[in-house]
Amino acid sequence: MPDVTKTPGTAAESAAETAAAAGEAAVVAAPASSGKPRSLWSDAWGDLRRNPFFVISALLIVLLLVMAAWPSLFTSTNPRNGDLTHHFLTKPEYGDVFSADWFGYDKQGRSIYARVIYGARASISVGVLVTIAVTLLGGLVGMIAGYYGGWVDSVLSRVTDIFFGIPFFLGSMVILVSFSDRKVWVVASAMAFLGWTQIARVMRGSVITTKQSDYVTAARALGAGTGRIMFRHILPNAIAPVIVVATIALGGYIAAEATLSYLGLGLSEPTISWGIDISDAKDSIRDNPHVMFFPAGMLCITVLAFIMLGDAVRDALDPKLR
Amino acid sequence: MTVTEKTANAPEPGTDGDKKAPLLEVRDLHVEFHTREGVAKAVNGVNYTVDAGETLAVLGESGSGKSVTAQAIMGILDMPPGKIPQGQILFRGQDMLTMSADERRKIRGRKIAMIFQDALSSLNPVLSVGYQLGEMYRVHQGLSKKEAKAKAIELMDRVRIPAAKQRVDDYPHQFSGGMRQRIMIAMALALEPDLIIADEPTTALDVTVQAQVMDLLAELQQEYNMGLILITHDLGVVADVADKIAVMYAGRIVETAPVHELYKRPAHPYTKGLLDSIPRLDQKGQELYAIKGLPPNLLRIPAGCAFNPRCPMAQETCGVDVPVLHQVTERDGTELAGRGSACHFWKETIHG
Amino acid sequence: MGRYVARRLLQMIPVFIGTTLLIFLMVHWLPGDPIKALWGDKVPDPAQVEALRHKYGFDLPLWHQYWNYMTDLFQGNFGETFGGRQVSDVMGEAFPVTIRLAVVAFVIEVVLGITLGVFAGLKAGKALDTAVLVFTLLVISVPVFVLGYIFQTVFGVQLGWVTPNVRNSEDITELILPGAVLGSLSLAYVARLTRTTISENLRSDYMRTALAKGLPRRRIVGVHLLRNSLIPVVTFLGTDIGALMGGAIVTEGIFNVQGVGQQLYRAVNQGEGTTTVGIVTVLVLVFLFTSLIVDLLYAVLDPRIRYA
Repeated sequence: MPDVTKTPGTAAESAAETAAAAGEAAVVAAPASSGKPRSLWSDAWGDLRRNPFFVISALLIVLLLVMAAWPSLFTSTNPRNGDLTHHFLTKPEYGDVFSADWFGYDKQGRSIYARVIYGARASISVGVLVTIAVTLLGGLVGMIAGYYGGWVDSVLSRVTDIFFGIPFFLGSMVILVSFSDRKVWVVASAMAFLGWTQIARVMRGSVITTKQSDYVTAARALGAGTGRIMFRHILPNAIAPVIVVATIALGGYIAAEATLSYLGLGLSEPTISWGIDISDAKDSIRDNPHVMFFPAGMLCITVLAFIMLGDAVRDALDPKLR
Repeated sequence: MTVTEKTANAPEPGTDGDKKAPLLEVRDLHVEFHTREGVAKAVNGVNYTVDAGETLAVLGESGSGKSVTAQAIMGILDMPPGKIPQGQILFRGQDMLTMSADERRKIRGRKIAMIFQDALSSLNPVLSVGYQLGEMYRVHQGLSKKEAKAKAIELMDRVRIPAAKQRVDDYPHQFSGGMRQRIMIAMALALEPDLIIADEPTTALDVTVQAQVMDLLAELQQEYNMGLILITHDLGVVADVADKIAVMYAGRIVETAPVHELYKRPAHPYTKGLLDSIPRLDQKGQELYAIKGLPPNLLRIPAGCAFNPRCPMAQETCGVDVPVLHQVTERDGTELAGRGSACHFWKETIHG
Repeated sequence: MGRYVARRLLQMIPVFIGTTLLIFLMVHWLPGDPIKALWGDKVPDPAQVEALRHKYGFDLPLWHQYWNYMTDLFQGNFGETFGGRQVSDVMGEAFPVTIRLAVVAFVIEVVLGITLGVFAGLKAGKALDTAVLVFTLLVISVPVFVLGYIFQTVFGVQLGWVTPNVRNSEDITELILPGAVLGSLSLAYVARLTRTTISENLRSDYMRTALAKGLPRRRIVGVHLLRNSLIPVVTFLGTDIGALMGGAIVTEGIFNVQGVGQQLYRAVNQGEGTTTVGIVTVLVLVFLFTSLIVDLLYAVLDPRIRYA
């Protein structure tokens, strides 16, 4: 997912705008009103708490994480048990809210509600695993390329270009078609294998900028070693854009997994996943749209929550706005 | 309307003899900004006048409201968050704050022009300087692209940019800082306005270039008999070019005076502090004076005189009563023309 | 500039070789045997399998296969499919369809994306801005295949405005629906990017100067603001052309567009490496050249950028 976006019109931004427009007035006002200079991180947290998009998305994500960890809290129905007498059943047999037949049943007579609940785990796991993997891998490549520069940078940048050149979906499909049993870690690895380039580029740029700042020069002048400069001085100051990109990408990876599953090349049975259920539902979409509606809706809500979170984090961390 | 009044040269403000409206008169101007933290009162009742051919220097620290006043005059304040709750800005006797947006636009650039501090960021980076200069003629006088370009070259010659003809298609970043500021000046001069507001025109420049740019500005002002408002925090810049000075603090004018009198005998402790904090060759070895404390928070301006927490002469009354701008007089009571001080103890300050 | 282009072209060579090698390795190295898969569930005849292996060169070491592939490629030979067709013929049929689809998507993305972004940016913090934000959030959050089904069901089946499936890809009106779906994600990005740069530049010093010059609002926005704000947008749009062409797999599947995506889907599922590698090679070339053009364009639009 290209990170070229910026959230319009959130509370954080309009406040920053106001301050900027107030010009010298605000410059004088800021230090006195908080008493001590605010750091980027504490300032960001202050902005986040006030941002309704952040609050909504954070609550949603907590709910989804609980769902992924303890699905049995939400339903006692087994998502794998089909009862063909329930084949595509919907109304008027609708029961109470939160009961097994709340969302109706699929082709094999399985409870869609239970499958939607149990599907959270696979989707979120893939998203989180890929994000962690690409952040570590891409972060490392970007850090080394940006820090050392010269031929190291040239080589690593070309390698990044090579991986970037392969279309993400296409590449993932080519890898995944070779595996007949596609578990969560298989799908996550395939996606991470091709997905790390964006983080590497962001990290590289960020490190190059940070490397030139005075405090890094000062640290070097004081005789700090390479490791210390990298991890104590550069990393904490260069990480903000990476966090932003990674958070937004997480939502994108969840959508990507579902798309791969939809194409029949993502997770495979018996894993329960929204993407698989959507793929199964596509043949009967005309007559039984409810079978696709619920897993697709859940998928959209999840992706939305993570992208909203990323947006809010970006607004809070973007130094351009302060 | 472009005829400038050659006769109205430097009338002394405060004398009521001349009934003619001054070129620009700011009356009781207030500006505030509504921010998340509260209402910042940037300008709190500013009065000043500028006549044709006259230079008014507005002096103050950042946050004193000097630039905000200028932006209010130009009509380029961001509103919201900015707001002008009261006051008048009279240009040739007409209140610009009650004009329509289109009327004001026609004054901007044509009658009143502005020179900004940082020419690099104030010029559009992706348009050639020739285009940006010529734009003034194309928009305001409807000249063709070709005519406008010829005029632009003429302008660049006027502000003594070498090889103007070759450089007219260059972009702002290709010029040196001093040359860029000349382009800014040329742009302001393009339509020979009646009044120019220069907001820290030399602050971003090297010291050696500062003098050249200031001299050029002063010379052109003489030539066109324009009014000039020179906004600065640098007392050194002011001395040679200004006719009179208004010192601002926390959105108010705290002292006004003809330029040389202010240097000789300040009548406000703040002005005195400013003057004392200039390094002087004859006081080598002594510790430099510094005004203690910080500029006030505009969200919470101190009660009474805004300067009282930092003032070495502050008494109890200073924390309670807001001092008005007193007419400053000699010891014997003769009025000093054009001098005013917003200090309860102006007598003690000026006469020691 | 000539030197810059030459240097960039030289840099492209290792990237081109690397990318084709990578996709080649991914196709041929990973487990799975496409030849045996041709028999489906039946037990294949070992002699026939061997013969086919030899025919496609699969019995050679991988480096040798790659070498053969590349030497053929430089003679314009993309190899043949299992069905015996020239891959270049397959691509010759599929690419025009996909290019048409990508162009429709691109136009929708540019026109709608920039318009939405400009209006949102000018009204930053207002209701319109928030509406555009919510719209782009929704578009980004709804995966393409879900959006595809929604559009197909609503506009194609229920409202009947357009045919749900593309029967004739030369009829532009039939491509509007799949084009909108294909371009939707980029549209949202373009809108957000435009909105950001507009609202950022709106606060810039040169905008204040333009205002102080007494320029009419139309000119301030149209000349001073847009010119600066669209530079990063153009960059994004340039690199997006290749992405649209490579990203049409899902959209083409839903709307039955017989383009590159469908061929790729078929080739990947059948393990037919020649087609996959061939198409990816072309896509990589498109990507590399659009990146170069974008960089050159950038320097034209922004005089501060020098070819370095």
